[in-house]
Amino acid sequence: MRITQGAFSFLPDLTDEQIAKQIQYCINNGWAVNIEFTDDPHPRNTYWELWGLPMFDVKDAAGVMFELNECRKAYAGRHYIRVSAFDATHTWESVRLSFIVNRPENEPGFALERQEVDGRNIRYTTRPYAANQPEGARY
Amino acid sequence: MDAITEDPKTEAPIAPATEAVDLAAEFAETGLSEVFEELDRDLVGLAPVKKRLREIAALLLVDRARARFGLEAASPTLHMSFTGNPGTGKTTVALRMAEILHRLGYVRKGHLVTVTRDDLVGQYIGHTAPKTKEILKRAMGGVLFIDEAYYLYRPENERDYGQEAIEILLQVMENQRDDLVVILAGYADRMERFFHANPGFRSRVAHHIDFPDYSEEELNAIGGRILGAMNYVMSPKAEEAFARYISLRKEQPHFANGRSIRNALDRARLRQANRLFTAGRPVTAQDLRTLEAEDILASRVFSGGIDSYPPIGGTHP
Repeated sequence: MRITQGAFSFLPDLTDEQIAKQIQYCINNGWAVNIEFTDDPHPRNTYWELWGLPMFDVKDAAGVMFELNECRKAYAGRHYIRVSAFDATHTWESVRLSFIVNRPENEPGFALERQEVDGRNIRYTTRPYAANQPEGARY
Repeated sequence: MDAITEDPKTEAPIAPATEAVDLAAEFAETGLSEVFEELDRDLVGLAPVKKRLREIAALLLVDRARARFGLEAASPTLHMSFTGNPGTGKTTVALRMAEILHRLGYVRKGHLVTVTRDDLVGQYIGHTAPKTKEILKRAMGGVLFIDEAYYLYRPENERDYGQEAIEILLQVMENQRDDLVVILAGYADRMERFFHANPGFRSRVAHHIDFPDYSEEELNAIGGRILGAMNYVMSPKAEEAFARYISLRKEQPHFANGRSIRNALDRARLRQANRLFTAGRPVTAQDLRTLEAEDILASRVFSGGIDSYPPIGGTHP
Protein backbone atom coordinates (compact mmCIF):
# COMPACT_ATOMS: atom_id res chain seq x y z
CA MET A 1 0.00 0.00 0.00
CA ARG A 2 1.37 3.33 -1.05
CA ILE A 3 1.86 5.74 1.85
CA THR A 4 0.28 9.12 1.21
CA GLN A 5 1.77 11.73 3.50
CA GLY A 6 2.68 15.33 2.81
CA ALA A 7 2.33 17.12 -0.50
CA PHE A 8 2.31 15.41 -3.92
CA SER A 9 1.84 11.97 -2.43
CA PHE A 10 -1.08 11.14 -4.72
CA LEU A 11 1.03 11.97 -7.76
CA PRO A 12 3.54 9.65 -9.36
CA ASP A 13 6.96 9.86 -7.67
CA LEU A 14 8.72 13.13 -8.47
CA THR A 15 11.76 13.01 -10.70
CA ASP A 16 15.02 14.54 -9.48
CA GLU A 17 14.45 17.53 -11.71
CA GLN A 18 11.02 18.11 -10.20
CA ILE A 19 12.39 17.68 -6.67
CA ALA A 20 15.11 20.24 -7.40
CA LYS A 21 12.47 22.70 -8.65
CA GLN A 22 10.37 22.27 -5.52
CA ILE A 23 13.44 22.78 -3.35
CA GLN A 24 14.38 25.90 -5.27
CA TYR A 25 10.85 27.18 -4.69
CA CYS A 26 11.34 26.68 -0.94
CA ILE A 27 14.75 28.37 -0.96
CA ASN A 28 13.40 31.32 -2.93
CA ASN A 29 10.79 31.76 -0.21
CA GLY A 30 13.52 31.84 2.40
CA TRP A 31 12.59 28.55 4.04
CA ALA A 32 15.20 26.26 5.54
CA VAL A 33 15.18 22.89 3.79
CA ASN A 34 15.60 19.69 5.78
CA ILE A 35 16.08 16.10 4.75
CA GLU A 36 14.50 13.56 7.05
CA PHE A 37 14.21 9.77 7.02
CA THR A 38 12.44 7.05 8.93
CA ASP A 39 11.41 3.43 8.68
CA ASP A 40 8.29 3.89 10.77
CA PRO A 41 5.72 5.45 8.44
CA HIS A 42 2.89 5.57 10.98
CA PRO A 43 0.96 8.81 10.38
CA ARG A 44 1.37 9.80 14.02
CA ASN A 45 5.16 9.47 13.78
CA THR A 46 5.68 13.19 13.20
CA TYR A 47 9.33 13.53 14.03
CA TRP A 48 11.57 11.71 11.60
CA GLU A 49 15.34 11.46 11.88
CA LEU A 50 17.11 14.52 10.52
CA TRP A 51 19.83 13.95 7.97
CA GLY A 52 22.65 16.35 8.78
CA LEU A 53 21.54 19.80 9.78
CA PRO A 54 18.78 22.07 8.46
CA MET A 55 20.16 23.90 5.44
CA PHE A 56 19.66 27.53 6.34
CA ASP A 57 22.33 29.09 4.16
CA VAL A 58 22.11 27.08 0.95
CA LYS A 59 21.23 29.32 -1.99
CA ASP A 60 20.77 26.77 -4.73
CA ALA A 61 18.86 23.51 -4.92
CA ALA A 62 22.01 21.73 -6.09
CA GLY A 63 23.37 21.89 -2.55
CA VAL A 64 20.29 20.18 -1.15
CA MET A 65 20.27 17.61 -3.96
CA PHE A 66 23.87 16.81 -3.05
CA GLU A 67 22.83 16.00 0.52
CA LEU A 68 19.75 14.14 -0.67
CA ASN A 69 21.91 11.90 -2.82
CA GLU A 70 24.21 11.28 0.15
CA CYS A 71 21.17 10.31 2.21
CA ARG A 72 19.93 8.05 -0.57
CA LYS A 73 23.29 6.31 -0.67
CA ALA A 74 22.80 5.41 2.98
CA TYR A 75 19.06 4.69 3.13
CA ALA A 76 17.45 4.39 -0.31
CA GLY A 77 15.26 1.33 -0.69
CA ARG A 78 15.12 0.70 3.05
CA HIS A 79 13.71 3.95 4.45
CA TYR A 80 11.32 6.72 3.64
CA ILE A 81 13.07 10.01 2.89
CA ARG A 82 11.23 13.31 2.83
CA VAL A 83 12.12 16.91 2.24
CA SER A 84 10.58 19.49 4.53
CA ALA A 85 10.84 23.25 4.39
CA PHE A 86 10.75 25.22 7.60
CA ASP A 87 9.61 28.84 7.63
CA ALA A 88 11.31 30.70 10.47
CA THR A 89 9.47 33.98 10.02
CA HIS A 90 7.63 35.28 13.05
CA THR A 91 4.10 33.88 13.50
CA TRP A 92 4.78 31.07 11.03
CA GLU A 93 7.64 29.24 12.69
CA SER A 94 6.58 25.89 11.33
CA VAL A 95 6.93 23.54 8.41
CA ARG A 96 5.44 25.02 5.25
CA LEU A 97 5.97 22.19 2.80
CA SER A 98 6.85 18.55 3.20
CA PHE A 99 6.94 15.81 0.61
CA ILE A 100 8.26 12.27 0.34
CA VAL A 101 11.10 11.84 -2.15
CA ASN A 102 12.06 8.22 -1.54
CA ARG A 103 10.16 5.19 -0.38
CA PRO A 104 11.03 1.56 0.23
CA GLU A 105 10.59 -0.74 -2.73
CA ASN A 106 7.96 -2.78 -0.95
CA GLU A 107 5.37 -1.06 1.21
CA PRO A 108 3.28 -3.64 3.07
CA GLY A 109 0.87 -1.08 4.52
CA PHE A 110 -1.13 -1.06 7.75
CA ALA A 111 -3.21 -3.50 9.75
CA LEU A 112 -6.44 -2.28 11.31
CA GLU A 113 -6.94 -3.74 14.76
CA ARG A 114 -10.31 -3.76 16.48
CA GLN A 115 -10.41 -4.02 20.23
CA GLU A 116 -13.73 -4.79 21.90
CA VAL A 117 -14.15 -2.86 25.13
CA ASP A 118 -16.94 -1.89 27.49
CA GLY A 119 -19.68 -4.06 26.11
CA ARG A 120 -20.19 -3.48 22.37
CA ASN A 121 -17.77 -0.54 21.94
CA ILE A 122 -14.86 -0.94 19.56
CA ARG A 123 -11.51 0.86 19.62
CA TYR A 124 -9.59 1.00 16.43
CA THR A 125 -5.87 1.26 15.96
CA THR A 126 -3.60 1.02 12.92
CA ARG A 127 -0.27 -0.69 12.93
CA PRO A 128 2.30 -0.81 10.13
CA TYR A 129 3.10 -4.39 9.22
CA ALA A 130 6.70 -3.31 8.89
CA ALA A 131 6.79 -2.31 12.56
CA ASN A 132 6.70 -5.98 13.54
CA GLN A 133 10.39 -6.05 12.70
CA PRO A 134 12.94 -4.23 14.85
CA GLU A 135 14.04 -0.76 13.78
CA GLY A 136 16.55 -0.80 10.93
CA ALA A 137 15.40 -4.22 9.67
CA ARG A 138 11.92 -3.23 8.53
CA TYR A 139 12.23 -2.90 4.78
CA MET B 1 -1.13 25.72 -5.83
CA ASP B 2 1.89 27.46 -7.22
CA ALA B 3 4.37 25.07 -5.63
CA ILE B 4 3.62 22.36 -8.13
CA THR B 5 3.06 24.29 -11.31
CA GLU B 6 5.82 23.69 -13.76
CA ASP B 7 7.02 26.24 -16.24
CA PRO B 8 5.82 25.43 -19.70
CA LYS B 9 8.69 24.18 -21.78
CA THR B 10 10.42 27.29 -23.02
CA GLU B 11 13.05 25.55 -25.10
CA ALA B 12 13.20 27.30 -28.42
CA PRO B 13 13.04 25.09 -31.49
CA ILE B 14 16.33 24.62 -33.29
CA ALA B 15 16.85 27.51 -35.66
CA PRO B 16 17.45 26.77 -39.33
CA ALA B 17 21.12 26.70 -40.32
CA THR B 18 20.74 29.73 -42.56
CA GLU B 19 19.62 32.05 -39.79
CA ALA B 20 22.24 34.39 -38.38
CA VAL B 21 22.80 35.36 -34.77
CA ASP B 22 23.92 38.86 -33.90
CA LEU B 23 26.53 38.27 -31.21
CA ALA B 24 26.89 41.97 -30.48
CA ALA B 25 23.17 42.22 -29.79
CA GLU B 26 23.38 39.16 -27.54
CA PHE B 27 26.23 40.82 -25.71
CA ALA B 28 24.24 43.97 -25.11
CA GLU B 29 21.16 42.00 -24.13
CA THR B 30 22.90 40.13 -21.33
CA GLY B 31 23.95 43.44 -19.78
CA LEU B 32 27.55 42.32 -20.02
CA SER B 33 28.73 45.48 -21.71
CA GLU B 34 27.87 47.39 -18.54
CA VAL B 35 29.78 44.91 -16.42
CA PHE B 36 32.84 45.22 -18.61
CA GLU B 37 32.61 48.99 -18.75
CA GLU B 38 32.41 49.01 -14.98
CA LEU B 39 35.38 46.69 -14.87
CA ASP B 40 37.40 49.02 -17.10
CA ARG B 41 36.37 52.00 -15.06
CA ASP B 42 36.89 50.57 -11.59
CA LEU B 43 39.99 48.48 -12.10
CA VAL B 44 43.19 50.15 -13.18
CA GLY B 45 45.56 48.21 -15.42
CA LEU B 46 45.27 44.39 -15.32
CA ALA B 47 45.13 44.23 -19.13
CA PRO B 48 45.82 40.46 -19.39
CA VAL B 49 43.15 39.73 -16.80
CA LYS B 50 40.52 41.81 -18.57
CA LYS B 51 41.45 40.21 -21.86
CA ARG B 52 40.95 36.74 -20.43
CA LEU B 53 37.62 37.72 -18.91
CA ARG B 54 36.45 38.94 -22.30
CA GLU B 55 37.61 35.70 -23.90
CA ILE B 56 35.65 33.64 -21.39
CA ALA B 57 32.57 35.80 -21.92
CA ALA B 58 32.93 35.41 -25.70
CA LEU B 59 33.23 31.65 -25.40
CA LEU B 60 30.09 31.41 -23.32
CA LEU B 61 28.19 33.70 -25.68
CA VAL B 62 29.26 31.66 -28.68
CA ASP B 63 28.26 28.51 -26.85
CA ARG B 64 24.81 29.94 -26.35
CA ALA B 65 24.55 30.84 -30.00
CA ARG B 66 25.72 27.35 -30.97
CA ALA B 67 23.10 25.80 -28.74
CA ARG B 68 20.47 27.69 -30.71
CA PHE B 69 21.53 25.86 -33.87
CA GLY B 70 21.57 22.56 -32.06
CA LEU B 71 25.37 22.40 -31.99
CA GLU B 72 25.54 21.18 -28.43
CA ALA B 73 28.91 20.88 -26.79
CA ALA B 74 29.67 19.89 -23.21
CA SER B 75 29.64 22.97 -21.03
CA PRO B 76 33.21 24.22 -20.64
CA THR B 77 35.15 23.87 -17.42
CA LEU B 78 35.49 27.26 -15.84
CA HIS B 79 37.45 26.51 -12.69
CA MET B 80 40.16 29.14 -12.45
CA SER B 81 43.34 29.90 -10.66
CA PHE B 82 44.33 33.49 -9.96
CA THR B 83 47.99 33.97 -9.20
CA GLY B 84 49.73 37.20 -8.41
CA ASN B 85 51.42 39.24 -5.75
CA PRO B 86 49.52 40.61 -2.79
CA GLY B 87 47.18 43.49 -3.49
CA THR B 88 46.85 42.94 -7.24
CA GLY B 89 43.06 42.71 -7.14
CA LYS B 90 42.44 38.97 -7.17
CA THR B 91 39.48 39.08 -4.79
CA THR B 92 37.93 42.06 -6.54
CA VAL B 93 38.09 40.32 -9.90
CA ALA B 94 36.66 37.12 -8.40
CA LEU B 95 33.65 39.09 -7.25
CA ARG B 96 33.18 40.45 -10.77
CA MET B 97 33.69 37.01 -12.22
CA ALA B 98 30.72 35.73 -10.23
CA GLU B 99 28.59 38.50 -11.68
CA ILE B 100 29.78 37.92 -15.24
CA LEU B 101 29.12 34.18 -15.05
CA HIS B 102 25.70 34.85 -13.61
CA ARG B 103 24.80 37.25 -16.44
CA LEU B 104 25.91 34.65 -18.94
CA GLY B 105 23.74 32.08 -17.25
CA TYR B 106 26.65 29.79 -16.47
CA VAL B 107 25.98 29.85 -12.73
CA ARG B 108 22.43 30.08 -11.48
CA LYS B 109 22.71 32.40 -8.50
CA GLY B 110 25.96 34.30 -8.91
CA HIS B 111 26.93 34.67 -5.26
CA LEU B 112 30.54 34.49 -4.15
CA VAL B 113 31.59 32.39 -1.17
CA THR B 114 35.07 33.34 0.01
CA VAL B 115 36.89 30.79 2.13
CA THR B 116 40.39 30.02 3.35
CA ARG B 117 41.94 26.84 4.71
CA ASP B 118 40.29 27.33 8.11
CA ASP B 119 36.81 27.06 6.62
CA LEU B 120 37.54 23.83 4.77
CA VAL B 121 39.87 21.83 6.97
CA GLY B 122 38.80 20.44 10.32
CA GLN B 123 40.77 19.98 13.50
CA TYR B 124 40.33 16.29 14.15
CA ILE B 125 39.66 13.09 12.26
CA GLY B 126 36.24 13.06 10.61
CA HIS B 127 35.76 16.80 10.97
CA THR B 128 37.07 17.84 7.56
CA ALA B 129 34.63 16.14 5.21
CA PRO B 130 31.44 17.61 6.70
CA LYS B 131 33.07 21.02 6.92
CA THR B 132 34.17 21.00 3.29
CA LYS B 133 30.82 19.67 2.12
CA GLU B 134 29.02 22.36 4.07
CA ILE B 135 30.99 25.05 2.27
CA LEU B 136 30.50 23.39 -1.11
CA LYS B 137 26.77 23.21 -0.54
CA ARG B 138 26.67 26.87 0.31
CA ALA B 139 28.61 27.78 -2.80
CA MET B 140 26.50 25.74 -5.23
CA GLY B 141 24.85 27.87 -7.84
CA GLY B 142 27.62 30.40 -7.42
CA VAL B 143 31.37 30.80 -7.20
CA LEU B 144 33.64 29.37 -4.51
CA PHE B 145 36.72 31.51 -4.01
CA ILE B 146 39.52 29.79 -2.10
CA ASP B 147 42.00 32.42 -1.00
CA GLU B 148 45.58 31.32 -0.39
CA ALA B 149 44.68 27.89 -1.67
CA TYR B 150 48.23 26.55 -1.32
CA TYR B 151 47.74 26.36 2.45
CA LEU B 152 45.37 23.45 1.82
CA TYR B 153 48.36 21.25 1.13
CA ARG B 154 51.00 20.94 3.81
CA PRO B 155 53.64 18.48 2.68
CA GLU B 156 55.60 18.76 5.92
CA ASN B 157 52.80 17.07 7.87
CA GLU B 158 51.68 13.82 6.33
CA ARG B 159 48.73 13.50 8.68
CA ASP B 160 47.42 16.90 7.72
CA TYR B 161 43.69 16.88 6.98
CA GLY B 162 44.11 19.29 4.07
CA GLN B 163 44.53 16.36 1.72
CA GLU B 164 41.04 15.15 2.60
CA ALA B 165 39.56 18.54 1.75
CA ILE B 166 41.46 18.52 -1.55
CA GLU B 167 40.02 15.13 -2.48
CA ILE B 168 36.45 16.22 -1.81
CA LEU B 169 37.01 19.46 -3.72
CA LEU B 170 38.39 17.60 -6.72
CA GLN B 171 35.48 15.19 -6.75
CA VAL B 172 32.88 17.96 -6.69
CA MET B 173 34.80 20.09 -9.20
CA GLU B 174 34.70 17.17 -11.61
CA ASN B 175 31.19 15.81 -11.02
CA GLN B 176 29.24 19.00 -10.49
CA ARG B 177 30.76 21.35 -12.99
CA ASP B 178 27.34 22.79 -13.77
CA ASP B 179 26.65 23.62 -10.16
CA LEU B 180 29.63 25.64 -9.11
CA VAL B 181 32.80 27.33 -10.27
CA VAL B 182 35.88 27.12 -8.09
CA ILE B 183 38.47 29.90 -8.15
CA LEU B 184 41.79 29.28 -6.43
CA ALA B 185 43.96 32.23 -5.57
CA GLY B 186 47.43 32.69 -4.18
CA TYR B 187 50.96 33.88 -4.74
CA ALA B 188 52.46 32.60 -7.96
CA ASP B 189 55.42 30.60 -6.65
CA ARG B 190 53.50 28.87 -3.88
CA MET B 191 50.58 28.06 -6.18
CA GLU B 192 53.07 26.56 -8.60
CA ARG B 193 54.33 24.25 -5.86
CA PHE B 194 50.76 23.46 -4.87
CA PHE B 195 49.80 22.44 -8.39
CA HIS B 196 52.98 20.46 -8.71
CA ALA B 197 52.09 18.42 -5.63
CA ASN B 198 48.43 18.03 -6.72
CA PRO B 199 48.43 17.32 -10.45
CA GLY B 200 44.72 16.57 -10.28
CA PHE B 201 44.10 20.22 -9.57
CA ARG B 202 46.15 21.48 -12.46
CA SER B 203 44.25 19.45 -15.00
CA ARG B 204 40.86 20.40 -13.59
CA VAL B 205 41.60 24.09 -13.55
CA ALA B 206 41.15 25.33 -17.09
CA HIS B 207 42.13 28.96 -16.71
CA HIS B 208 45.33 30.07 -15.08
CA ILE B 209 45.25 33.84 -14.88
CA ASP B 210 48.29 35.75 -13.75
CA PHE B 211 47.80 39.15 -12.16
CA PRO B 212 50.72 41.44 -13.04
CA ASP B 213 52.15 43.97 -10.62
CA TYR B 214 51.00 47.53 -11.14
CA SER B 215 53.25 50.13 -12.73
CA GLU B 216 53.89 53.41 -10.96
CA GLU B 217 51.37 55.32 -13.05
CA GLU B 218 48.76 52.69 -12.35
CA LEU B 219 49.46 52.85 -8.62
CA ASN B 220 49.12 56.60 -8.80
CA ALA B 221 45.79 56.26 -10.56
CA ILE B 222 44.64 53.77 -7.92
CA GLY B 223 45.58 56.26 -5.20
CA GLY B 224 43.59 58.97 -6.97
CA ARG B 225 40.53 56.73 -7.11
CA ILE B 226 40.77 55.73 -3.48
CA LEU B 227 40.96 59.38 -2.46
CA GLY B 228 38.16 60.34 -4.83
CA ALA B 229 35.90 57.71 -3.28
CA MET B 230 36.62 59.16 0.16
CA ASN B 231 36.18 62.80 -0.91
CA TYR B 232 39.78 63.85 -0.53
CA VAL B 233 42.05 65.66 -2.95
CA MET B 234 45.81 66.14 -3.02
CA SER B 235 47.41 69.51 -3.42
CA PRO B 236 49.77 69.68 -6.43
CA LYS B 237 52.76 69.44 -4.12
CA ALA B 238 51.28 66.46 -2.37
CA GLU B 239 50.77 64.75 -5.71
CA GLU B 240 54.40 65.18 -6.51
CA ALA B 241 55.36 63.83 -3.09
CA PHE B 242 53.03 60.89 -3.56
CA ALA B 243 54.62 59.97 -6.90
CA ARG B 244 57.99 59.97 -5.18
CA TYR B 245 56.55 57.95 -2.31
CA ILE B 246 55.33 55.27 -4.72
CA SER B 247 58.64 54.90 -6.50
CA LEU B 248 60.45 54.57 -3.17
CA ARG B 249 57.92 52.25 -1.58
CA LYS B 250 57.89 49.95 -4.59
CA GLU B 251 61.51 49.03 -4.03
CA GLN B 252 60.99 48.17 -0.39
CA PRO B 253 60.12 44.73 0.98
CA HIS B 254 56.53 43.79 1.83
CA PHE B 255 55.14 45.93 -0.94
CA ALA B 256 51.52 44.90 -1.51
CA ASN B 257 50.49 46.93 -4.56
CA GLY B 258 47.00 48.38 -4.19
CA ARG B 259 46.80 47.48 -0.53
CA SER B 260 50.02 49.39 0.28
CA ILE B 261 48.65 52.43 -1.48
CA ARG B 262 45.45 52.23 0.51
CA ASN B 263 47.39 51.92 3.75
CA ALA B 264 49.69 54.81 2.86
CA LEU B 265 46.72 57.01 2.17
CA ASP B 266 45.05 55.96 5.40
CA ARG B 267 48.18 57.01 7.27
CA ALA B 268 48.27 60.31 5.37
CA ARG B 269 44.71 60.90 6.51
CA LEU B 270 45.80 60.29 10.10
CA ARG B 271 48.55 62.87 9.76
CA GLN B 272 46.26 65.35 8.07
CA ALA B 273 43.74 65.01 10.88
CA ASN B 274 46.46 65.51 13.44
CA ARG B 275 47.85 68.52 11.57
CA LEU B 276 44.43 70.18 11.41
CA PHE B 277 43.80 69.38 15.03
CA THR B 278 47.04 70.84 16.33
CA ALA B 279 46.92 73.90 14.05
CA GLY B 280 44.54 75.51 16.51
CA ARG B 281 42.61 77.58 13.99
CA PRO B 282 39.18 77.20 12.42
CA VAL B 283 39.21 74.88 9.40
CA THR B 284 37.37 75.27 6.11
CA ALA B 285 35.88 72.56 3.95
CA GLN B 286 38.85 72.98 1.64
CA ASP B 287 41.23 72.28 4.55
CA LEU B 288 39.28 69.22 5.50
CA ARG B 289 39.47 67.62 2.08
CA THR B 290 43.00 68.49 1.04
CA LEU B 291 46.03 66.35 1.76
CA GLU B 292 49.20 68.48 1.85
CA ALA B 293 52.70 67.44 0.89
CA GLU B 294 53.79 67.34 4.53
CA ASP B 295 51.18 64.68 5.30
CA ILE B 296 52.87 62.41 2.82
CA LEU B 297 56.47 63.49 3.31
CA ALA B 298 56.26 62.61 7.00
CA SER B 299 56.27 58.93 6.02
CA ARG B 300 59.26 56.90 7.11
CA VAL B 301 59.70 55.72 3.54
CA PHE B 302 61.44 59.01 2.81
CA SER B 303 63.94 58.51 5.62
CA GLY B 304 64.82 55.01 4.49
CA GLY B 305 62.57 53.16 6.93
CA ILE B 306 59.84 50.67 6.12
CA ASP B 307 56.45 52.24 6.18
CA SER B 308 53.95 50.89 8.61
CA TYR B 309 51.62 52.25 11.18
CA PRO B 310 53.86 54.32 13.41
CA PRO B 311 54.88 52.39 16.49
CA ILE B 312 54.05 54.11 19.75
CA GLY B 313 56.91 56.35 20.81
CA GLY B 314 58.48 56.21 17.34
CA THR B 315 60.63 59.05 16.15
CA HIS B 316 58.42 59.83 13.17
CA PRO B 317 54.72 60.57 13.42
